[in-house]
Amino acid sequence: MQNTINQLTIIPGLDKTGQSEYPMEITFQAGETISIVGPTGSGKTALITDIEMLAQGDTATKRWILINNEVPGEEIRYNPALKPIAMITQNTKCFADLSVAEFLQIHARARGIEKQQVIGETIALANNFTGEKIHQDSKVTILSGGQTRSLLIADAILIGAAPIILLDEIENAGIFKQEVIEIIQDTGKIIVFVTHDPVIALRTQKRIIMERGAVKKLIYQSEAELYAARTLMQIDRQVGVIREELRAGKMITRDLAMLNLA
Amino acid sequence: MKLVVIAGPPSAGKTALVKQIVRHFQAKLKIAFLKIDVVKAFEDLELRKEFNILTKKVYSGDLCPDHAGVMVLGDALEWAENNQAELFILESAGLCLRCSPYLNQGLGIIVLSSISGIHAPEKMGAMVSLADIAVVTKIDLVSQAEREVLIQKIHEVHPEIVLMETNALQGTSLQRLYDLIAKSPEITPENLVLKGNPPLGTCTICVGKKEIGWKHHFGVVKKLEGQIADYLYRGE
Repeated sequence: MQNTINQLTIIPGLDKTGQSEYPMEITFQAGETISIVGPTGSGKTALITDIEMLAQGDTATKRWILINNEVPGEEIRYNPALKPIAMITQNTKCFADLSVAEFLQIHARARGIEKQQVIGETIALANNFTGEKIHQDSKVTILSGGQTRSLLIADAILIGAAPIILLDEIENAGIFKQEVIEIIQDTGKIIVFVTHDPVIALRTQKRIIMERGAVKKLIYQSEAELYAARTLMQIDRQVGVIREELRAGKMITRDLAMLNLA
Repeated sequence: MKLVVIAGPPSAGKTALVKQIVRHFQAKLKIAFLKIDVVKAFEDLELRKEFNILTKKVYSGDLCPDHAGVMVLGDALEWAENNQAELFILESAGLCLRCSPYLNQGLGIIVLSSISGIHAPEKMGAMVSLADIAVVTKIDLVSQAEREVLIQKIHEVHPEIVLMETNALQGTSLQRLYDLIAKSPEITPENLVLKGNPPLGTCTICVGKKEIGWKHHFGVVKKLEGQIADYLYRGE
């Protein structure tokens, strides 16, 4: 069932003052990347939360979310094993008094996954996204913000294994965002980024602009923007290299500052 | 009259949920609300002020609050019926977890916070295992993965429970709960009984003796080590 999701549609709702928002349905197709941008408090998180909850006019925004142009059934909305959506929120804290392995095991059970290798694979993938390695016996409550984020992203990819992935400001938690983007794009999934990061925003095919709790505009990526994205990615990688050097306590040389990573 | 019994630990979001239910039904049904608590409660005043519905509260004081609930519920149902209420909401104190306040009719709802700890569903015993519906609150504070882990834990305690997640302050995703309340049958108060078993007997502590040591006590008592059965009704 999870493989048959071709599109997701947002039926418009209301802004913070109760006025109608951007009056057109927005449809995401399988394989598409989308970013949601706008100032803080403009309703970005509320929009992806609507998608995650498969809102049916029963959230504050009154939006409706359709899957394959139909109202999703109760089972899909309420049974985590069937839920076609995995979301990474801005939370960088886990409250569950469990080890990393126990947490992933219970989540795999909730998602109806039998094979045990998925636990080790998820931890290994998470360790690609963070400089500080995660151990399976650590309690999830003591992981750092970056470790928690990395673990939850790997969990969303391998255990959530959903055809729709929502990522809320992944750039914020000290993780290797380029690695995350490389791994999740081209998987045929619908990937939605809430972001303030120009590189992420320019790399997506569609951009939703938010204002006062409402969808304001929908923009399609242009050739010029793709070019800009490539230029920014080089700068971003350079910043990344210098950041890791600084974190490791090294001095920054002139050569490193001029490094061309194109 | 329809009956909804709401249980759950302190600060789980029971009253926030009650407010959403009242907000949804106030134009359709006449609502009466009873809060049972031990020391202090303000829910009745808050709800009356905000929604102008019939409210009452009762302090159990020296009595256990679920025990108090059983004792006063008969009178409270009569009070609600005499006032032509069509939906009666009972909010329990939700304390010791030995018992559950759910009845054989109406809906029993357990309210659990997403941040209440992963073992809470198992620790809460009958309050979870005898409920019809579990409402998980404060979902905006945790990740989706962690919510699914908690839901899995609740399902392992009670596989048939109807589960829903909400941010009770905003009242998100509660349509399914409203539908279940709207569809729940009218109660017949003369046939109401507790769903769960109340605790055994009464002991000398319960009746107020303060002295320490075996020689002062009898009834259903338990030693630090050993079988409870050796000491059943010793005093008789």
